[in-house]
Amino acid sequence: MKFVGVTSCPTGIAHTYMAAEGLEQAAQAAGHTMEVETQGSAGFDRLSPETIAAADAVIFAVGVPVRERARFAGKPLVEADVKKAISDGPGLIARAVAAAEEAAANPAAAQAGSPAPPSGGLVTKVEEHASTGNHIRQWLMTGVSYMIPFVAAGGILIALGFMVAQLAGGKNGAIVVTKLYSLTGPPTPNPTHIVNIVTDFNPADGMHWAALLFLVGAASFSFLVPILSGFIAFAIADRPGLAPGIVGGFIAATIGAGFLGGIATGFIGGFVALWISRLKVPKGVRGVMPVVVIPLTSVLITGGLIILVLGRPIKAVSDGLASWLNGLTGTNLILLGVILGLMMAFDMGGPVNKVAYTFATTGLAAAAVATTGTSLQIMAAVMAAGMTPPLGLALATTIRRRLFSEAERENGQAAWLLGASFITEGAIPFAAADPLRVIPSCMLGSGITGGLVMLFGSTLRAPHGGIWVTPLIGNPLLYLVAIAIGTAITAAAVIALKAAGPGPVKTELDAGGLAEVVAG
Amino acid sequence: MALITEELVVLNLDSPDRHAATRVLAQALADEGRVTDLDGFLADVRKREEQMPTGLPGGIGIPHARSAHVTEPTLAFGRAPQGIDWGAEDGPAKLIFLIAAPEGGGDDHLKILAALARRLMRTEFRESLMNAPDAAAVVDVVNREVVNP
Repeated sequence: MKFVGVTSCPTGIAHTYMAAEGLEQAAQAAGHTMEVETQGSAGFDRLSPETIAAADAVIFAVGVPVRERARFAGKPLVEADVKKAISDGPGLIARAVAAAEEAAANPAAAQAGSPAPPSGGLVTKVEEHASTGNHIRQWLMTGVSYMIPFVAAGGILIALGFMVAQLAGGKNGAIVVTKLYSLTGPPTPNPTHIVNIVTDFNPADGMHWAALLFLVGAASFSFLVPILSGFIAFAIADRPGLAPGIVGGFIAATIGAGFLGGIATGFIGGFVALWISRLKVPKGVRGVMPVVVIPLTSVLITGGLIILVLGRPIKAVSDGLASWLNGLTGTNLILLGVILGLMMAFDMGGPVNKVAYTFATTGLAAAAVATTGTSLQIMAAVMAAGMTPPLGLALATTIRRRLFSEAERENGQAAWLLGASFITEGAIPFAAADPLRVIPSCMLGSGITGGLVMLFGSTLRAPHGGIWVTPLIGNPLLYLVAIAIGTAITAAAVIALKAAGPGPVKTELDAGGLAEVVAG
Repeated sequence: MALITEELVVLNLDSPDRHAATRVLAQALADEGRVTDLDGFLADVRKREEQMPTGLPGGIGIPHARSAHVTEPTLAFGRAPQGIDWGAEDGPAKLIFLIAAPEGGGDDHLKILAALARRLMRTEFRESLMNAPDAAAVVDVVNREVVNP
């Protein structure tokens, strides 16, 4: 027979390898073949998916939880302490033979206890014996790790689009590129002269290239919340979680519930799918459970909950905030700047952020007629406060690298560009992974920046663009000072909280970290 | 630098218990400059030992630690003809391998220790260490089997 195994131990320098040797010797002596993955401190070379697929049974002889355990899902499994493989390798091999034979005789029973193997070698960051708190973090991290490529691609493409637009379209280019180009349409009548760059792309027009970058980036961004939600659910329920998670996340994004809404749908979708897939059902129905019953009911329940139950409270909160904000105008501008700043950082592109942003941009539209300075100041405060969360986290990952995982550090590099381009979403991977420490830090920096911009009296006529629209900013020097101060404060706060807080995320992420999940 | 030298071999280890025996071997590591802080290193080894004694069937004990006080991956070897209880079910340990790994440490260095651990499972390897006439012979066996296989 063919066996595969994993060995590990707390220190990772001795027992791991002795156990591997013990298993390999015992397998050879009994006439079997065995390949062992030693998850020790000398790193670990993954068994190839083909080797795992070909194995008749799996042996885990471990002192610490198996990393990337999902790769072995669905295989007949023998689990034992690492010392067992050292003292009694032949005994474990005999148990593996028995498990393999039992599975061969009765395939349904062997598979029943474990979920179907995830397709395409998708892996979660979930370990078996973690505490509830650790589980929640591992579920979140799984979602975040699959979302990061979308953030990176989308954010950088949008920023590049702004840069090209700035070169090709002059000082208003970065605004024009967000408004006048589309992948559909144009509508009839077409008073704003929307250009469909699918049918009317002109390689000689720089703005068309800028729009191409911007629209591809925007398409990538539209997947952030569905992917986050889908892979949180995947981490909870394995493959059955993907459909309800992704669909729920898409609805959350559509109704403007943002990434916090996506986290909610991820958990709902995951637990609904888990619950349904564990129901005891008659044998005749079991065959259609994974293909029809689980997807149908879990998607319906998750989608229905977000539309009928969660959607309204989120909208109510948003509406309430909007009317409250309108009441504040003119009473105390600095306080307003602080509040808008806090809102921008609270959910980074979610409903609260959108209320503040919409409040600013509608003010801008009115300002074109009324020419009051206040609306332009509000816009300036909102944009500055939306830039500091990614910038602050980028700074924090640069000066205190050890507090962050490898993937977060790489993400931090991208966050410089995203923050500078007023793409607050650049902070989401950090916030989703560790919301209780990252969000307050971002709010602190953004609130102060918002207040300072009001104090300095900077103005802005553009609704978007980050530092690329600096030529449009009134009082630009002090504006940049306000951003720098908020960036420094966010970085300092996040470093202080992560260094002081219990259970730093870094240990979870460094071993078998995010980067390989992304790469894999 | 060598994984083991003659100065790191103690052929007549007659300590009363495993902690005393570990200290004798760790002292050899400290004397050779492989360990910078003897007590700090011993504390790290003891912490591992308290999770679960590292005695294994076949009369061997493998106290070990990854420690900030270790300068490079090193093996200190002790032979205790009378046996020292190391917590194994089948009796006292006669071959003691104190494995010291640095905290950071590149993969290449740790691979030597992995190779050492695998050899410990081979009866011939253990027998040639048991029968080695002197320290130089022990170093030879380790170099031949682990360092330049």
